[in-house]
Amino acid sequence: MAEDSVKLLGNWVSPYSLKVKWALKLKGIQYQYVEEDLQNKSPMLLQYNPVYKKIPVLVHDDKPLAESLIILEYIDEVWKQNPLLPIDPYERAKARFWAKFVDDKCVPALMAAFTKKGEEQERAVKEAHENLKILESGLEGKRFFGGETIGFVDIAAGWIGCSVQMTGEIIGINLIDAETMPLLHSWFQDFLEIPLIKECLPPQDKLLEYIKELHTKILTAAST
Amino acid sequence: MAELKLFRTSSSPFVLRVVWALDLKGIQYDNIFEDLSNKSSLLLQYNPIYKKVPVLVHNGKPLLESLVILEYIDEIWKQTPILPEDPSERATARFWAKFGDDKVLPSIWNAFIKQGKDQEEAIVTAQENLGCVERQLTGKKFFNGETIGLVDLAFGWLANLLSVFEEVCGVTLIDHEKFPLLLEWIQNFADAPIIKESWPPRDKLITRYQALHEVHTSKEAPK
Repeated sequence: MAEDSVKLLGNWVSPYSLKVKWALKLKGIQYQYVEEDLQNKSPMLLQYNPVYKKIPVLVHDDKPLAESLIILEYIDEVWKQNPLLPIDPYERAKARFWAKFVDDKCVPALMAAFTKKGEEQERAVKEAHENLKILESGLEGKRFFGGETIGFVDIAAGWIGCSVQMTGEIIGINLIDAETMPLLHSWFQDFLEIPLIKECLPPQDKLLEYIKELHTKILTAAST
Repeated sequence: MAELKLFRTSSSPFVLRVVWALDLKGIQYDNIFEDLSNKSSLLLQYNPIYKKVPVLVHNGKPLLESLVILEYIDEIWKQTPILPEDPSERATARFWAKFGDDKVLPSIWNAFIKQGKDQEEAIVTAQENLGCVERQLTGKKFFNGETIGLVDLAFGWLANLLSVFEEVCGVTLIDHEKFPLLLEWIQNFADAPIIKESWPPRDKLITRYQALHEVHTSKEAPK
């Protein structure tokens, strides 16, 4: 399919646009990437996603699609190679459930652990641990959520491993440790080993700097 | 015959979506009504993570989260499809269903439980969100076109709860001038066969939400 017909509006730090990059790469889809400056959003982005004004936006044959998990499902329906979702409807429902669990439960707790201090942070860390432990149960002892190969949930959740490692360094708390979460820990290691996953990651040292700066800004804003 | 059980309450917005989807497709199922203040051990076993309804149990396997359940129902039972066939239309439907749950419902709930200046601001946000929804109805009877679909089911709670909220807290959230299409949709949805057979009785909703309103507004300090 011609590169012109698929465009991804994203941002280099965003895990949400990373998920879409991973899906496109997994399926071998050629696309044009447009880096959005989130402090200065392009008229194109505002036109394509007037409701949320956010990235990622996938534009296919001039039709814009927003919301990363919805984009993943669309990609899976249009391009059938290397399927993300399982064939069996019950397994598909489980995959959708876990992807939603990541966004609804894991992400907010991780954000709070990163942005809060003191007792609030302690509570957030506890909640993040609990939710990650629950997520681990979704692996059902498999290597990946998708089984022997990565699928929908791996792509939906994999970025958390990267994020947790970095934010863990900054806040000094290890959120996915090998002792309490052995399966999740090794899942994440295996996920990162996959070449296409690694290839799409933003430069890690640059990202770490960015997140450190962000953390300082957040804590400063919170104390003023 | 396949065994299908729905753990539910009588009028939860999330439960009703599933009820309507099953009924629209003419699927037989057993209703298991839960007392949410005293949840059954079966519910807790089937949904240990969230401990919530609805839970649809199909041949012993539990399905959770109403929108996930709707997609499952549509994949297993192909009659009266609730999602379109075209992938970009499916993505659009999923987008608006999610917008409803992520933005519209919380903003209307906020307008319902807040008071004073907070409520005024909450109403503005709710109306902005409803404005986005209104525009989706341009030229259509239902969000899905001529027939009811995922987005209609996802927004079904608006059709039976909006006027209840307005009555209980004495504010007008949607009026004929700004939201003519939404008001028409509400009427069309409420009148639709099958849908109206599972319509929660209004007096029960008023009682329930009046009680909830009192609980929440006594917690919030008026500004």
